[in-house]
Amino acid sequence: MTDHHGLVWLGTPAFPAAARAALADPVLRGNLRKATGTIRDKRLAVTGELDDWEQLRAAGAALKRRTLRHLDHYLEQLERSVTAAGGTVHWAADAAEANRIVTDLVRATGEREVVKVKSMATQEIGLNEALAEAGIRAYETDLAELIVQLGDDRPSHILVPAIHRGRAEIREIFVREMARWGRPAPDGLTDDPRALAEAARLHLREKFLTAKVAVSGANFAIAATGTVAVVESEGNGRMCLTLPQTLITVMGIEKVLPDFADLEVFLQLLPRSSTGERMNPYTSMWTGTTPGDGPGAFHLVLLDNGRTATLRDTVGRQALACIRCSACLNVCPVYERTGGHAYGSVYPGPIGAVLTPQLVGVEHAASLPFASTLCGACYDACPVRIDIPEVLVHLRARVVEARRRGRRTPGAEALAMKAAALVLASPQRLAAAQRAAALGGRALARRGRIGRLPGPLRAWSDHRDSPVPPAESFRAWWRRTREPS
Amino acid sequence: MRVALFITCFNDTLLPGTGRAVVEVLERLGHTVDFPAAQTCCGQMHVNTGYRAEAAPLVRRFAEAFAGYEAVVTPSASCAGLVRGTHPALAERYGTAALRRQVAELVPRVHEFTEFLTDVLGVTEVGAYFPHRVAYHPTCHSLRGLRLADRPYRLLRAVDGLDLVDLERADSCCGFGGTFAVKNPDTSAAMLADKARDVLATGAEVLCAADTSCLLHIGGGLDRRRGGVRTLHLAEILAATAPGGRR
Repeated sequence: MTDHHGLVWLGTPAFPAAARAALADPVLRGNLRKATGTIRDKRLAVTGELDDWEQLRAAGAALKRRTLRHLDHYLEQLERSVTAAGGTVHWAADAAEANRIVTDLVRATGEREVVKVKSMATQEIGLNEALAEAGIRAYETDLAELIVQLGDDRPSHILVPAIHRGRAEIREIFVREMARWGRPAPDGLTDDPRALAEAARLHLREKFLTAKVAVSGANFAIAATGTVAVVESEGNGRMCLTLPQTLITVMGIEKVLPDFADLEVFLQLLPRSSTGERMNPYTSMWTGTTPGDGPGAFHLVLLDNGRTATLRDTVGRQALACIRCSACLNVCPVYERTGGHAYGSVYPGPIGAVLTPQLVGVEHAASLPFASTLCGACYDACPVRIDIPEVLVHLRARVVEARRRGRRTPGAEALAMKAAALVLASPQRLAAAQRAAALGGRALARRGRIGRLPGPLRAWSDHRDSPVPPAESFRAWWRRTREPS
Repeated sequence: MRVALFITCFNDTLLPGTGRAVVEVLERLGHTVDFPAAQTCCGQMHVNTGYRAEAAPLVRRFAEAFAGYEAVVTPSASCAGLVRGTHPALAERYGTAALRRQVAELVPRVHEFTEFLTDVLGVTEVGAYFPHRVAYHPTCHSLRGLRLADRPYRLLRAVDGLDLVDLERADSCCGFGGTFAVKNPDTSAAMLADKARDVLATGAEVLCAADTSCLLHIGGGLDRRRGGVRTLHLAEILAATAPGGRR
C-alpha cells in the first residue's frame, strides 16, 4: 500500500485524473458536501463566540514557530524527561526504521495482536501493513478508522477518515466484515447511527479487554515534563492508553511543545477547529509509567520521515506547525468536490497539498501544489495561521525548478510561459499580440461568442463560452481618443 | 488627484470596457487619469504557476512604468494583491537594491478600484444610475486577499435604481484560479456549476465583481447554460448614468 516514499500511495494517478473519477461519483459528492458543510458551520459558531480567537491563533502560531526553530533542543529535553519518568525513547529517521522499531517492540512482548488509537503518524508510515507482514494483527479502534479498516479502504480525511462513506455503506461493511475480525455484527443491524455505533462498541469491547499492547500517536508532547497527550472523542483512546501492559507511541518530531502551560492554547484551538466543539470529550495525558496504574512499559518513537528536510525550507517549514485539526479540509472548495483519495496521500486537502510534497520530495507529488485555486479559505481557517496559499505558490516554483533540472528541453507549458513573458516584456509586442488575438478570436466566433474548441483549448472551452476579443484593446482606445497624434 | 491607471493585461486585451469605465468614474469625480503606456502585466500568471524568474522582469517594468505617481489604481483585486503581496519578495530575490527601494516606495500607493474610491477618495456615491437587479460575487482575492469587506456593497447600494440581491454561498470560490482552470478542468467545472446555480437562483439580471478574470469564467459558464445573466465589472455599473444626465 505504501511505497518507499512512505506516505504516498503506489499507483495513484496525479491529482487531476484522480479528481475526475471522484467528481463522477454523485453519492460521494453528496456525502462530502453534507459532511463538510455541517462541520464548517459548527466550527464557525464555536470560534466566533471567543473574543480572543485571533489572539489564540497568533499565540499558537508563535509557539509552534519558536519550537520549530529550536527543535533539536526541545527533542533532547523531551527524551531526558520521558526517560526520567520511566519511558523509553527511540529515534526513527524514516518509515522503515519506525516500523522496524515498533515491530521489534511488539515481538519482544510475545503478543500477536495490538489495539490502535487513531494516529496519522502510523498511517503515514504504513505501520499496520508492516505489522501484518510480521504476523501481527493491528486493530483500529476509532469508529471511522474501524470502518476504513473493515472496508479494506483508505482514509480520506484527517479527522473523519470515513467521511466518504454513507451510513448504508457502513452497515453493509459491518455486516459483511466484522465476523472476520472478531465479534460479528448483531443480527438485524439497521443503518441507524445509534445502532451502528452500538455494533462497533460491542465489537471493540472484546479487543480492549484482551489486548496486551497498544499503539498510539500523539497530539502533543511536553519537553519540560515528558507528558504525552492524546485528544479524542470516543473514549477508545482512553481504553487503549490505560488497559494494556505495553504502550507504544509513534510521534512526528514536530509535535513537541516546550512547556505544560502551552497546552492552554492548543487545547482551545484544536477541538474548536477540528470537531467544532468547545472541548473534546477525552483528553488523555501520561508521563512515563506509574507502578500499578496504566501500562507498565511505555515506548516513545520519534519519527523524522522527511521532517528535518522540510525544516530546511524557510517558506515551506510552516507546514510543520500543523496540529492536524483538518479545518482546512472542511473549508476547501476543491476538497469538498474531490474528497481525500484524489490527493493520493494520508494527508489530503490543503495541508496535504503542502505537506506531502515536502515530506516525499516535490518531484514525487508534483500535481499537489497545483490542486488549489489559491482561494485562501484554508489560511483563514487555520488555527496556527499556516499561510497555505503562500506555501503552495512556493512549492509550485520548486516543482517548475525541479522539472527544469530534470529535462534538457523545456516542456509545452514552460515554452508557453516563456512566450507569454516575451510578449509581456514590451508594450509594442503586447499590442501586436492583441491585434492578432482580435483577428483569431473573430475567426473562431459563432453568434458573437466562442464555444467549444478542439485540442489543448478544450480544457477551457468544454465548460465555458468565451467573449470574442474586442477589435480595439484598451491601450489602442486610449491612444486613439486621448493621445491624438 | 492625478491617478495612474493600471489596466492589467487581461482587461486591456479582453475587456477594455472595464478600463473605460474606471476612467469615466474617476474623471466624473474630478480627477485626472493617466495611462502610462509602458505598462504590461503584473506577472500574476507566471508567479502563481511557478515561473518566478519569468515574472521578475515584469516587476521591474511595473515599478518603472508607475514610478512617481501618487496613486496607481487597478480594476483587479487579484492583480493589486499580487503587486502588494509578491512584488517586494520578487524584487528582494531577483532585483537590485535600487529596484527593491523603488518597489517598496510604490507598493503602498497601489490601490484596487473600490478601496481607492472608499478609502483614498472617501466616496461611496459616484453619481451612477443602474436600474437593474444585481448580484455581487466577492472574488477570493477581494474577500480574503485584500479584505475589501463591505466596500463594494456600499458602493453598489449607493447606485440609483439598483436592486442588490443576496448570493448564496457568496464566499465560495468560483473555481477559476488562473491556470487551475486548465490544469484541473474537471474540478474547476464542478465548482463553476455550483456557482452558476447559485447565481441563477438569485434571479439577478447582472452579476458583478471586482475581478474580471473570475467573471469571464463564471460568465462563460452562465452563457453555456443560456442563463440570461450578464456579467459586468463593478466599475461598469458605477460608470452607468441616467439618459440625459437624470439622477
